[in-house]
Amino acid sequence: MNFKKAGLDSCPLTLGSTDQSEGSILRSRWFPFFNFAHAQFIFKMAAVQGGMVDAKDELDIKSEPPSDGFGNSNANDGRLLSSSPGAGTGGTATGNNKPAPGPPEEQQTLLAVLQFLKKSKLAESAEILRREAGLPEDALDPKGTDASGSGPGLAAGSGQVDGVDASSLLSRVTVSSSAAAQAPKKDSSLAACFYSLSASPAAAGEDQPDVSVVLSAYSQQGDPSLYDAYYSGLKRFIESVLDCHRAELSQLFYPLFVHMYLELVYNNNESVAKAFFEKFSGDQECYYEQDLRILSSLTKKEHMKGNETLLDFRTSKFVLRISRDSYQLLKRHLQERQNNQIWNIIQEHLYIDIFDGMPRSKSQIDAMSGSLAGEARREANKAKVFYGLLKEPEIELPLDDEDEEAENEEGKPKKKKPKKDSMGSKSKKQDPNAPLQTRIPLPELKDSDKLDKIMYMKESTKRIRLGSDNLPSICFYTFLNAYQGLTAVDVTDDSSLIAGGFADSTVRVWSVTPKKLRKVKSAADLNLIDKESDDVLERIMDEKTASELKILYGHSGPVYGISFSPDRNYLLSSSEDGTIRLWSLQTFTCLVGYKGHNYPVWDTQFSPYGYYFVSGGHDRVARLWATDHYQPLRIFAGHLADITCTRFHPNSNYVATGSSDRTIRLWDVLNGNCVRIFTGHKGPIHALAFSPNGKFLASGATDGRVLLWDIGHGLMVGELKGHTDTIYSLRFSRDGEILASGSMDNTVRLWDAMKAFDDLETDDFTAATGHIHLQDNSQELLLGTYMTKSTPVLHLHFTRRNLLLAAGAYNP
Amino acid sequence: MSLIHSETLVVNCLRCSWVDPFKFHCSKLSIVLSRFVISAMAEERRQKQCSVVLPTESMKAMAESVGVGQLQEDSCVALSEEVSYRIKEIAQDALKFMHHGKRRKLTTSDIDNALKLKNVEPLYGFQSQEFIPFRFASGGGRELHFYEEKEVDLSDIINTPLPRVPLDVSLKAHWLSIEGVQPSIPENPPPASKEQQKTESTEPLKVVKPGQEEKGTIQGKGQSTTTPDGKGKEKGLIRLKPRSTHELSVEQQLYYKEITEACVGSCEAKRAEALQSIATDPGLYQMLPRFSTFISEGVRVNVVQNNLALLIYLMRMVKALMDNPTLYLEKYLHELIPAVVTCIVSKQLCLRPDVDNHWALRDFAARLMAQSCKTFSTTTNNIQSRVTKTLTKSLFDDKTQWTTRYGCIAGLAELGADVIKTLILPRLTVEGARIKAVMEGPVVSNIDKIGAEHVQTLLLKHCASVIAKIRPQPDNVEQYRAEYGYLGPMLCSHVVKARTQATLQAQQVNRTTLTITQPRPTLSVSQSGLTGSGGPRTPSIIKVPSSLTLMSPRPGTPSQPSPPATKYIVMGTSAGAASTQQVRVI
Repeated sequence: MNFKKAGLDSCPLTLGSTDQSEGSILRSRWFPFFNFAHAQFIFKMAAVQGGMVDAKDELDIKSEPPSDGFGNSNANDGRLLSSSPGAGTGGTATGNNKPAPGPPEEQQTLLAVLQFLKKSKLAESAEILRREAGLPEDALDPKGTDASGSGPGLAAGSGQVDGVDASSLLSRVTVSSSAAAQAPKKDSSLAACFYSLSASPAAAGEDQPDVSVVLSAYSQQGDPSLYDAYYSGLKRFIESVLDCHRAELSQLFYPLFVHMYLELVYNNNESVAKAFFEKFSGDQECYYEQDLRILSSLTKKEHMKGNETLLDFRTSKFVLRISRDSYQLLKRHLQERQNNQIWNIIQEHLYIDIFDGMPRSKSQIDAMSGSLAGEARREANKAKVFYGLLKEPEIELPLDDEDEEAENEEGKPKKKKPKKDSMGSKSKKQDPNAPLQTRIPLPELKDSDKLDKIMYMKESTKRIRLGSDNLPSICFYTFLNAYQGLTAVDVTDDSSLIAGGFADSTVRVWSVTPKKLRKVKSAADLNLIDKESDDVLERIMDEKTASELKILYGHSGPVYGISFSPDRNYLLSSSEDGTIRLWSLQTFTCLVGYKGHNYPVWDTQFSPYGYYFVSGGHDRVARLWATDHYQPLRIFAGHLADITCTRFHPNSNYVATGSSDRTIRLWDVLNGNCVRIFTGHKGPIHALAFSPNGKFLASGATDGRVLLWDIGHGLMVGELKGHTDTIYSLRFSRDGEILASGSMDNTVRLWDAMKAFDDLETDDFTAATGHIHLQDNSQELLLGTYMTKSTPVLHLHFTRRNLLLAAGAYNP
Repeated sequence: MSLIHSETLVVNCLRCSWVDPFKFHCSKLSIVLSRFVISAMAEERRQKQCSVVLPTESMKAMAESVGVGQLQEDSCVALSEEVSYRIKEIAQDALKFMHHGKRRKLTTSDIDNALKLKNVEPLYGFQSQEFIPFRFASGGGRELHFYEEKEVDLSDIINTPLPRVPLDVSLKAHWLSIEGVQPSIPENPPPASKEQQKTESTEPLKVVKPGQEEKGTIQGKGQSTTTPDGKGKEKGLIRLKPRSTHELSVEQQLYYKEITEACVGSCEAKRAEALQSIATDPGLYQMLPRFSTFISEGVRVNVVQNNLALLIYLMRMVKALMDNPTLYLEKYLHELIPAVVTCIVSKQLCLRPDVDNHWALRDFAARLMAQSCKTFSTTTNNIQSRVTKTLTKSLFDDKTQWTTRYGCIAGLAELGADVIKTLILPRLTVEGARIKAVMEGPVVSNIDKIGAEHVQTLLLKHCASVIAKIRPQPDNVEQYRAEYGYLGPMLCSHVVKARTQATLQAQQVNRTTLTITQPRPTLSVSQSGLTGSGGPRTPSIIKVPSSLTLMSPRPGTPSQPSPPATKYIVMGTSAGAASTQQVRVI
């Protein structure tokens, strides 16, 4: 891949720019207009700030033991896996990204960070940073802060409203570092506590000099003609061991095969490599077929440069989970045979996660394997995840007039009231697993949001209780005449709007209620209206523009991801052209184009609370954005292949991403850490869904299987087989009783989620070892299969009353 | 994988000089190279192994064609390997775009996008979705795939009318499921696919009844998708078998009543709509037994009463049922075939045989017969041979009436040229003599004469084309007379006519694109004066579009719940009854 376009140093990563007016933006009814202006302003800013700060997230440094930060680029930290060669996260000194202490603003930031480190007695980290930045020893004395006085001048020149001086900068740093413990002050801007992580690791990983460094590990190590013998020797051995160990040791075949092949190729033994491949590729598990195909086309040393799959193999250790007994057996065998070749590969390229206890069975292993880099390490899933839901704000629920009348007529108003109280008390209780309310700063509720909440609560009282004997009705929205061009669909939470992203770069928004879509009047006309009148919100709308369909033009490539904001004022779309666009649904114009991915952006989604959104794309990183920042607040790096889908956790504190590397990762929004890695899918993941209670995650992939995950324990808890093609949509019913899945095979299937999660036996042992016993009960859990007429199901949505909406394009 | 793009790929590979050492050659080679890639790709598909490279001869050949005389073997090898590797790489990336485009088919735009990923300018202009514009040629020991570029006259393009603007995307809502039950409306796939019905009728023990599966308990649901092989499942299936009688829902009963009444009623417009409904609606599977009985009983009664019009209506119903792509009639042939055969060979089908055109009905029924033979005849049921046997038997019988004789011949003739050749041609002399006896003989009833005339025209019509094919030219009248007796001379002129027609047609085919218009069996009642039918069917149905089936430009939420199968208005009072299956307003 050619990253010249997105060179390392042009990857702009700055500290979130302070903008005191953000709070007011959020509250402002005129957000769209303001935001538009803001966006322009932002672009201006981008032009001014030429060299960006190579921000070091001090949290990042702190979280790692210094010893790990150095030589071992494949540190255990999931994030570091791919950020490896010279990405400069922990200061791996490859020397290609030494930021020259150039612009004063940049220096000033560094100084601030240094000072903080010194204060927190992290002398070693400070030293590393200082050396990296090339700052003089004495730069840390207090005059450093004074020296940065030139900062404000520059900022003011660029139209910055408030003066940014070093002390405010420093305070920001401190706030952000302690954000986990204490709530950031309200007046400091929402995003101020966010820092972007290091430079795009993908970019670093592909940089040419690094590739050769990586590859040099494959230099001549043994007689190429003996590889065949080595491998078949090992194969014979594994086939001869006891059954209980065989399954475990068989896991070795694939990574060994790949690394031996690559070694042969690297050392220009093309014909040997080909023969080797021919002979043993048939032995590999069928779910590695795709990778093998890529591998087979790779027969020259020159090809190895820039081949992503290869880099994945090399830069990340393939993780195997093997019981101690089996491992000992293997070790003894290799030592007896003096089989150094294989032993070296195991030492260098594999990571063997040894556990005590019974060896796992073949089915257990198969359930978890299949990802590009083996299974997840056990410790990768140990971090505590606050999967509980946030407390809902208390809103007075005004009794509906009709309701009241009805109650009065029936003469039992008392019956209804306690019910409401109980609902209220339920939300008052704090879930022990929930994150702190202020862990992530969330936008304040506007009046309109409150109104919507009230609507929501009213609707939910009328919600149908679903279950295995009470299946939902499904209403299917078919896109006709889409000519295979429909690529993404989203429905608003209140099911009033449907948006479609199309291959012809358009985004179309339909109203599915009698209420038509109207634009806001032009600025000149807006001046004429009476701003004091009660129906000013009605008056600002231009009746002449009313229609059921609005088309949004702006992208220059297929639109692959689309998402409505929870308040229905905005729409996000991500496209092949590498941008994410924010559209106003008031003016039906584009407000901001978020640039940063440079490569196709496969998916994007708004946070359930609005304001933030996440995106993921071909560049293998997911980014967290805030609508009023033109640069990402977080970069989630770690996936080894394209990020194909992104989902926010219902509490907005976590983000799940599915990838073509066949893993799912869960990221902490607060610190950007990867807190869960789920392996087990055998194909790229295309659908994710969190259960409404936040405890579980469902994922669907091209292999046609739905896997269910327990987030708290980090375990796979279910497998739903039935679909015969890629699953593109998953959705839990509003109360979480039913899981609906929609697929390329033209079916909607309903699964009994209650049952799937009810009979879980997550004893301590399972949780500790990560061994899972999956029952094959897909057939029992399948509640219904509904064929469409050659219409792939691209989106599913449960209305607030639990009617299931499905959407797809008819392919005649 | 579209081969078009391989050309694009190669050109691009080379353009961006991935192949540094050979850059010089490449720039010249690129265009020709592409052509060979295509043939190589075709080869690649045949082989299972992935490690296929383009043949080096291709490189050589290309070099020659652009004037690079001696390309070294090494260069060729390196070039071909490099190019094949890059092509594979790009194909991999293109697949990604296909997956995200939610398609099963790789398109040219996917490859364009994959090229963009590599920072390579895509080759524009390959927009064709389906048609791959490569032609194949071989000669001189080489195989070539080339892009046929025709010269286009600009004025032609300007003068041709613009193609129709494709329809804009629209959104339409319908119920996929109502409380777990899928309504049988045209928007949903038929409850039992034709294949399912087929296996059901051929291997009755192996399938679950779709109707039961739909209504039945949750337990057995997964079984319809998987082929039952486990013992437990088999047991369940056997248990399910006896429940084959099923009751029609109220809506279905009303539908049945309406349809049958319309089919045999007096209003032709209504009938056309009803027939259209039978021919196209997907949800009729469950009503099939009733329709079949309706038809067979109807024929039995009306043959006795000589009610030609009704017989015609019933035959049109059979036709409509056969036309329905979602129905598999095999199980009901035991009722339908006797009815149809009756309409072919019955001695008397109308009250006034001398005036009414019952011949048309016989022709029509004969065509239906042939159609069902073609569709359903298998080695086990032997429909065709059984029918042929029956028809020949009465044809060979001397006492057979002219009407029946006509039916027999028509029925046999429709079965195809082979049947005509083996069964009718040998009979021509005999039949000719019989016709001669009637036509030139002394006293005959008018009816017999008409019958003989019809048989004669029928024989001439069917036999002439067959003879034209099997008999070498020239057509000598005397020879014909010697061979076919009385009918010989007439036959001869018909054959000559058929021959000239055939050559004319052949010329036309050569000139224009091939358009085969199959004569569709249509039936019109003339003379009888009862009805004037057979006109073009109006496509409109008495459809009462509920809010769901309504095709509105605005995709409204289907707020009005409509019962599943009430697509047809049920007059007056029945509307209330129809909505027994209430849906919660959500």
